[in-house]
Amino acid sequence: MTVSGVAPIARTATRRPRALRGYLQGVLPKLVLAPSFILVLIFVYGFNLWTLFLSFTNSKAFATTNIVGFLNYKRLWDWTFETDPPSSWYTAIVNMGLFGGLYVVFCLFLGLTLAILLDQKIRGEGILRPIYLYPLALSFIVTGTAWKLFLDPRIGLEKAVHDWGWTSFHFDWVVNPSMMIYCVAIAGVWQTSGFVMAMFLAGLRGVDGEIIKAAQIDGASTFATYRRIIIPIMRPVFFSAIIILTHMAIKSYDLVLSVTGKNPGGAAELPSTFMYSYTFTRNQMAVGSTSAVIMLMTIAAIMVPCLYSELREKGR
Amino acid sequence: MAFLEIDSLRKRFGSLEILKGIDLTLDKGGFLVLVGPSGCGKSTLLNTIAGLETISSGEIRIDGDVINDLHPSKRDIAMVFQSYALYPNMTVAQNMAFGMEMRGVPKQERDKAVAEVAKTLQIEHLLKRRPSQLSGGQRQRVAMGRALVRQPRVFLFDEPLSNLDAKLRVDMRVEIKRLHSQTGTTIVYVTHDQIEAMTLATRIAVLKDGELQQVGSPYEVYNSPANLFVADFMGSPSMNLIEAKIARTNGAASIVLERPGAEPIVMPAPVSADATKLRDGGAVIFGIRPEAVSDPESADRNSKHIATFPCRVDLVEPAGSDTFVVTTIAGKEVTARMRADADVRPGQNVSFAFNLDKAVLFDPASTQRI
Amino acid sequence: MTAAADLITATPRRERARHSLTTRVVIYGLLIFFAFVYLIPLVVMVMTSLKPLDEVTGGNMFALPHELTFAPWIDAWGKARIGVSETTGIAGYFWNSIKMVVPAVIISTLLGALNGYVLTKWRFPGHKLVFGMMLFACFIPFQSVIIPMAVILGWFGQFGNTLSDLTGFSFGFGNPTVNLVFVHTVYGLGFTTLFFRNYYEAFPTELVKAAQIDGASFFQIFRRILLPNSAPIIIVTVIYQFTNIWNDFLFGSTFAAGDSSPMTVALNNIVNTSTGIVEYNVNMAAAIIAAAPTLFVYIVGGRYFVRGLMAGAVKG
Repeated sequence: MTVSGVAPIARTATRRPRALRGYLQGVLPKLVLAPSFILVLIFVYGFNLWTLFLSFTNSKAFATTNIVGFLNYKRLWDWTFETDPPSSWYTAIVNMGLFGGLYVVFCLFLGLTLAILLDQKIRGEGILRPIYLYPLALSFIVTGTAWKLFLDPRIGLEKAVHDWGWTSFHFDWVVNPSMMIYCVAIAGVWQTSGFVMAMFLAGLRGVDGEIIKAAQIDGASTFATYRRIIIPIMRPVFFSAIIILTHMAIKSYDLVLSVTGKNPGGAAELPSTFMYSYTFTRNQMAVGSTSAVIMLMTIAAIMVPCLYSELREKGR
Repeated sequence: MAFLEIDSLRKRFGSLEILKGIDLTLDKGGFLVLVGPSGCGKSTLLNTIAGLETISSGEIRIDGDVINDLHPSKRDIAMVFQSYALYPNMTVAQNMAFGMEMRGVPKQERDKAVAEVAKTLQIEHLLKRRPSQLSGGQRQRVAMGRALVRQPRVFLFDEPLSNLDAKLRVDMRVEIKRLHSQTGTTIVYVTHDQIEAMTLATRIAVLKDGELQQVGSPYEVYNSPANLFVADFMGSPSMNLIEAKIARTNGAASIVLERPGAEPIVMPAPVSADATKLRDGGAVIFGIRPEAVSDPESADRNSKHIATFPCRVDLVEPAGSDTFVVTTIAGKEVTARMRADADVRPGQNVSFAFNLDKAVLFDPASTQRI
Repeated sequence: MTAAADLITATPRRERARHSLTTRVVIYGLLIFFAFVYLIPLVVMVMTSLKPLDEVTGGNMFALPHELTFAPWIDAWGKARIGVSETTGIAGYFWNSIKMVVPAVIISTLLGALNGYVLTKWRFPGHKLVFGMMLFACFIPFQSVIIPMAVILGWFGQFGNTLSDLTGFSFGFGNPTVNLVFVHTVYGLGFTTLFFRNYYEAFPTELVKAAQIDGASFFQIFRRILLPNSAPIIIVTVIYQFTNIWNDFLFGSTFAAGDSSPMTVALNNIVNTSTGIVEYNVNMAAAIIAAAPTLFVYIVGGRYFVRGLMAGAVKG
């Protein structure tokens, strides 16, 4: 049982009005916390509810209060199945699946691989680790700018390989509308996988050394020790990483713009760019709000089960 | 009037009652040790005296002043914590002076007070160091120095020795005892270690589940435990507690200890028991400390009632200064303390001398001493 | 017993490090290969920024500059075309970002520290709920609050105009930089509170009790006892907030326009300008300038950053 750290002095002091200083000291902590809490209440909870409300109105360029029920949701639902020609919402969802899936899976895979490799008593870990990690310091805009140049067939990778003599090499994804989204994923994985590596490395280092010794005495090979003992122990790290990665994938907006060069023709549409263009350029604020609500719900749908299973695990 | 008085103090967390009406007093210069198993409420009691936790009802007075509602800093107390709670960002001298600084004591006076206490505790050479540069024992001294420098009315110690290794713990125990007798301060001290309680206290309060079991001098608590819990808790190895029956013949009560496969032991009821409460055939619990059971040669010569019986030895534990010999009486293991060179081996039948002056009886139903 | 324990500690430790030579070659090979992959985009960026434009478009991007030039850097800083017509360079936008980041980081870190202090050392009934609710602020996609925020900031602007008419001074209402400071502070609170709460949770409560007995007040305890011992978490929080706010694009592009845009928005405008020829070398110089502050912060404090982030992320 956790007993409150320090006695709330206010409760005793209120019985004696003369102890004004004591009373102040008692309410002071709450007074200090209140502004932040109120800000969060209004600007997080209030605004989410506001957006939810807007999704039920027919707001166009400006917010209105004309309720239209589930009309906007129905529109998005219809667009979800409008594949020929694809609606921008359909493209956004498909791209989200592609980008999100590749981004999360490759970040986890690369992150875990690098972490395990680095955990083999490597000389020069102090040099290697920061190299994997530095892209994290770069903004998505800078990341996108760099990869756009790097993958640009006219001056980037393709041209360099041609110069080296392999003239049949062909790699134009970054300017090919149907392949653009993969370039976004490549750039994203490059930016974030180092961070995932750091998370896993911290997790690996946190595993009780005696457990590993016990496994080795039991005759487990290094591979078996990782697969059967260490990785299962790191379950919470997986959950944390998955939550953080999906959250970043769903809200990422700037990466698409910078890799693709402002998303030409909507080929690399994602829910985040969809939301932005419908709200701020196409004057369909209600539709934009609806898509924002769906983004929020998606994150919640991934987060809640993870948190729930984690808390249940801890509660045991 | 006592110096520290606690009247029917209660403390509740929601529906959970941590302290169930505590009444305690301590004279000026006294050393009160609160002892009990973990979770008994002893630390909570100390924290309420310090003002770190509020009380649900009751009253706490120091020197006649009610301090219930006072902020900890206004109670004129000092506290030594289990973890020492030294501020890691300050030097030893700054740590000791912080309380005075907060009270607006001028720097000169602070320095003087710190220097004096540092001299008493022989920590002058540590004054400029930070807590992280000190050993466990040194930290302990600094923590005491910080308390001493304030010259408070009451010192509170919260298990101050439990983070030290065994040898250092004994040294610091002696140190605290010496400090107390030199300075004559009033101390309330929490520990779960009954040896610390016995050696330091002028008064022991035994707590269990938020209730006082017994308050008294170490001698009283040890020799006349109020109930089975206190009897079992105080002393190491703990008191032998054996189920027994009363037999009354010609008005004299005697105790019968059944032994399967052997003659029952019959001996006169201990003088400590109230003979009027002993019914013929009634069940009692016979309590006797290991040092009151010995080989006949080393039995207490001043004792008026010694009963000697042969018993079968189950186990011998040489402890260096003594040899503990275990036998079974009435289905219970009974430990006797014999001479270090007593020549006993498991399986032998040896004479055990019971010093009945030191024996006590308990009522098995109420667990209280008779 | 002791000998056996020693034996156990001694052998597996070395066992774990003692891979066969081939395994070690493979491990190092993989690690070095990935190090190259992570480094190449940055290397290409730097080299491109030091080449004249014809060498960029005509040469191999992996080739070292034949003719080393710093002109692209000078152009990027002072003359580059931002958007359609301005040729002001990114200098002004760089300072915009500084003016936005510094106050937002200081305010959100300070509030986070106070919140963490109250939530661990001055607990009150319901402290867990309050913390849980504030934590949620970390996980919302900003898209779900951006519309209400735009509306509210619009009101702030009108209020600022009114104030300006009345008093001749707008008190910062409607100022884009002030708006961005506000927005970043509000949406950073969840993270800063999380970091400090987790740190102070492990901070010994006995120290606070001792300080109370010593007569220190609520703020004295915070200032004299907690803050001096918070250097690690302050570093983490400052780096995290600095990186996040400096790298933000969504809020910057939504709530600030034209001359008041932050660096990321300006960079995106330079790179995706639709007029004239694409000056890759200038773009890369601008991108490196945009990344420089966060890279610098990362190089200086990266170790603490990762360590602290782990503590927050893995626990949170």
